[in-house]
Amino acid sequence: MAIASLIPVLLGLMLAPLMLGVINRTKAAFAGRNGQPLLQQYFDLWRLLHKGVVYSRTTTWVFRAGPVVGLAATLSALLLTPLGGVPSMLHFDGDFVLFALLLGVVRFMLIVAALDTGSAFEGMGASREAAFSALVEPALFLALASLAKYAGSLSLTGLYVPLDLAAWAQAGPGFALALITLLGVFVVENARIPVDDPNTHLELTMIHEVMVLDNSGPDFAFVQYTAALKHWIFGALIAGIAIPVRTGNVLLDTIAMVAGIGVLAVAVGVVESIMARLRMHRVPQLIVGAAALAVVALIVVGR
Amino acid sequence: MDLFLASVILLVATGILAGLSGRCPNAPARIAFLGMLGSAALASAPCIDVLFLGGAPETLHIPWDVPGGAFSLRLDALSAFFILPMLLISSLCALYGLEYMRAHLARRSVAAAWCFFNVLVASMMMVVVAHNAVLFLVAWEVMALASFFLVAFEDEKGEVRTAAWVYLIATHLGTAALLAMFAILGGPNGFFDFDAFGHGIAPGATAAVFLLAVVGFGAKAGFAPFHVWLPEAHPAAPSHVSALMSGLMIKTGIYGLLRIVMHLGPPPLWWGWTLLAIGLFSGIGGVLFALAQHDLKRLLAYHSVENIGIIAIGLGLGFAGWSSGLDVVCVLGFGGALLHVLNHSLFKSLLFLGAGSVLHATHTRDMDHLGGLLKRMPHTGGTFLIGSMAISGLPPFNGFVSEFLIFLGALHAIVQGNSQALLPSIATVTGLALISGLAAACFTKAFGGVFLGEPRSGHTQHAHDPGWRMRAPMWTLAGACLAIGLGAPWVAMQLSGTLTVVRPDLARSLPMLLQSGTLPLHYLVLTILAFLALVGTLAFLRSQLLRGRTIGESCTWDCGYAAPTARMQYTASSFAQPLTRLFHKVLGTQRCGDDVAGIFPASASISTVTPDVCAEKMYRPLFSGIEWMVLRLRWLQHGNIHLYVLYIAVTLLVLLIWKLN
Repeated sequence: MAIASLIPVLLGLMLAPLMLGVINRTKAAFAGRNGQPLLQQYFDLWRLLHKGVVYSRTTTWVFRAGPVVGLAATLSALLLTPLGGVPSMLHFDGDFVLFALLLGVVRFMLIVAALDTGSAFEGMGASREAAFSALVEPALFLALASLAKYAGSLSLTGLYVPLDLAAWAQAGPGFALALITLLGVFVVENARIPVDDPNTHLELTMIHEVMVLDNSGPDFAFVQYTAALKHWIFGALIAGIAIPVRTGNVLLDTIAMVAGIGVLAVAVGVVESIMARLRMHRVPQLIVGAAALAVVALIVVGR
Repeated sequence: MDLFLASVILLVATGILAGLSGRCPNAPARIAFLGMLGSAALASAPCIDVLFLGGAPETLHIPWDVPGGAFSLRLDALSAFFILPMLLISSLCALYGLEYMRAHLARRSVAAAWCFFNVLVASMMMVVVAHNAVLFLVAWEVMALASFFLVAFEDEKGEVRTAAWVYLIATHLGTAALLAMFAILGGPNGFFDFDAFGHGIAPGATAAVFLLAVVGFGAKAGFAPFHVWLPEAHPAAPSHVSALMSGLMIKTGIYGLLRIVMHLGPPPLWWGWTLLAIGLFSGIGGVLFALAQHDLKRLLAYHSVENIGIIAIGLGLGFAGWSSGLDVVCVLGFGGALLHVLNHSLFKSLLFLGAGSVLHATHTRDMDHLGGLLKRMPHTGGTFLIGSMAISGLPPFNGFVSEFLIFLGALHAIVQGNSQALLPSIATVTGLALISGLAAACFTKAFGGVFLGEPRSGHTQHAHDPGWRMRAPMWTLAGACLAIGLGAPWVAMQLSGTLTVVRPDLARSLPMLLQSGTLPLHYLVLTILAFLALVGTLAFLRSQLLRGRTIGESCTWDCGYAAPTARMQYTASSFAQPLTRLFHKVLGTQRCGDDVAGIFPASASISTVTPDVCAEKMYRPLFSGIEWMVLRLRWLQHGNIHLYVLYIAVTLLVLLIWKLN
């Protein structure tokens, strides 16, 4: 295992909360506010890790296990995520199936932990999360399969390493469609506008935030860190397509990718500032649309 | 073969003995259970020898007076692959039944049920070793009848009688297709030994044989649209029998399909596509209807349809890969399908036993009336959670291994296949991803509705975990789920013998193909071990962080509302509502009740029911049409015996004239 393959993991672990900071600062800038410090997420995590916890009397060990297993599964998914041309720590044929399944574990634990509280609000959030994420699974698979068709490889690293400018020149339309699909997957998986509004104040309208209402202390820190890592992981998948910089120099490639993820964070902030969220029953249309684009991408690439 | 025969004879003998010993209330269960244990011990030796130790297939051939029949048995790796899970799971179900059936003792005799239990297991074992069509059909029929009587166990209930009838009709329509299939295979000379099949059969006839096999075996396995009996029969049967039927008996359909089709030579491409289409239809349809159910056992029955769909997708990929020369796709497809047969039999029987335990404790199967059971039934809840994760294909439990292999096969087909293969492979990947996503939604619904939150009704008041006889089988199956998840590479390599039976032409290259095809499983397990290590580390970290800090207790956040009740929780049905609403065109859910009206509504109610779309739209019109036509002939049935005698005389006369001509 080369030292280079540690880079995606370490950068993910360190920079994931920063991505949320960039999104928040962008939104603040749009709203004409100073906004919270760029490192606010880190401060929050630090503060939460030093607190005690309060548990609902309704909950069982499932509620306590949820954040732990969720974070562990996200970290395992991070081990499989390449950063553009920089290979991931572990890669093998079909690793993106495992990648999707591990994110499935995160979701499963988050949902059962939410249901464990017996709260109508959390049940509501869990129900929406279950519905939307079930629909988004095919979109993710199809987008990655279209890259696999081009690269002739079945591992995430094998998919992303050959995605240079020459590849774009050859199969650009397919990649562009896959990119749009992955952007759709990003907003659904990370509960961003137009699917979910992380800043909303009304429990009835939330998806992700309402599911973690009863978490506190280190548990909540785990949940928040999991969310940040998921932003980073999907950001890496998106930037890996959008930024076709494959110089072979690890340092240059890494810088380009981190910059790409930064741009994505700014873009998410911009979208959240200028768009309203969709009504709940319109969200499936967005997801199915994204999946349909991925089918087109596969056909375009595989023609 | 001697040990195997002894085991079957022991099962039948103890079954009959159990049936005769009804006078002593506890005797039938004990006799049947001991017989089951003994027979499992006897039969496992030859199966392990054939499957793991590379022993030669065992055969036995005794002539039989029945036309075309012979007492011809053959125990090869394919049979052994199906028998070993039968032995394990039937023994566990028998142990579970010892306690589960005791609740019925006060009301009725359980002697007959135990008799049929052992006969069912014996007939399943005979089905997968029979090597002659007549013997096979006899075993098949005994299996159908034994399970029919088990489904009809609580026959004082109307819905149980209906379920049993539906099952009896469905299984016999399937058997009719099998009869036709064997008639074609046997040819005009009537060679009904399996070895004689496939020699000099016309190409048109092979297509007919394939289609009849899909219908006949599919009716048993639960391929949609032949699945309608499953959601009726599984909830009606006692839970350990549901586990046996769903976990094992429906798999004999998959066995039969493989066994017959491999006599037909290299398959044309459309066989693969047909099975893929059936698989996708069953998989997506099964999980959608499961989402709309309120009855826990009915939900599990629809999930059997879903999982049979996944198996059919794997088989379809296998056939498609076979006919297009993509051997890796073929091996991954068949391998994934076979492994899913094993995996499904483990986690589905676990889930049915869990559902039985809930039913045993609360006397209701309605998920909307349950809740909060994890606190009262920690063992049942814990194992049900493991089963739920396994069936949703989530690591580290076994379900994901077989789904991973099938995914891998489809992805290989996308990457290596030509443009003709692209569209079906895309459909496969999309369908599998959708199925796994929806399955996770469905099992968070089932587990959350039954075990989490606060109790929604008085049913759960006195609920508690069952005794060790019911707990031990559940934990054993849960352990097996984890073991296969973590031992995936080893388990996959053991498939080589079984796959050789299906594709003897690849016998030489198969171990290599399997090795290279399943190589990713090593890394997969490595990643999962890393995941488990991370879980351990984080749990340790959390406990260290919380040491010495205040751990408070409070009520669930309720927005400051002071008087929440358990009725305000999301129920299992409300949890599934976004998805059932999205797919309402497919599901056709009917709702009735009074809407909320007025400014201060006094009462409101709602109830929904989702009848099976195939049963309602296909079979009901079909059977009412048949009934209508038959009723037109009613005037022939007037009850006058002398006229009936006249019918016979006329028939004989017509036959005589026909013969003379």
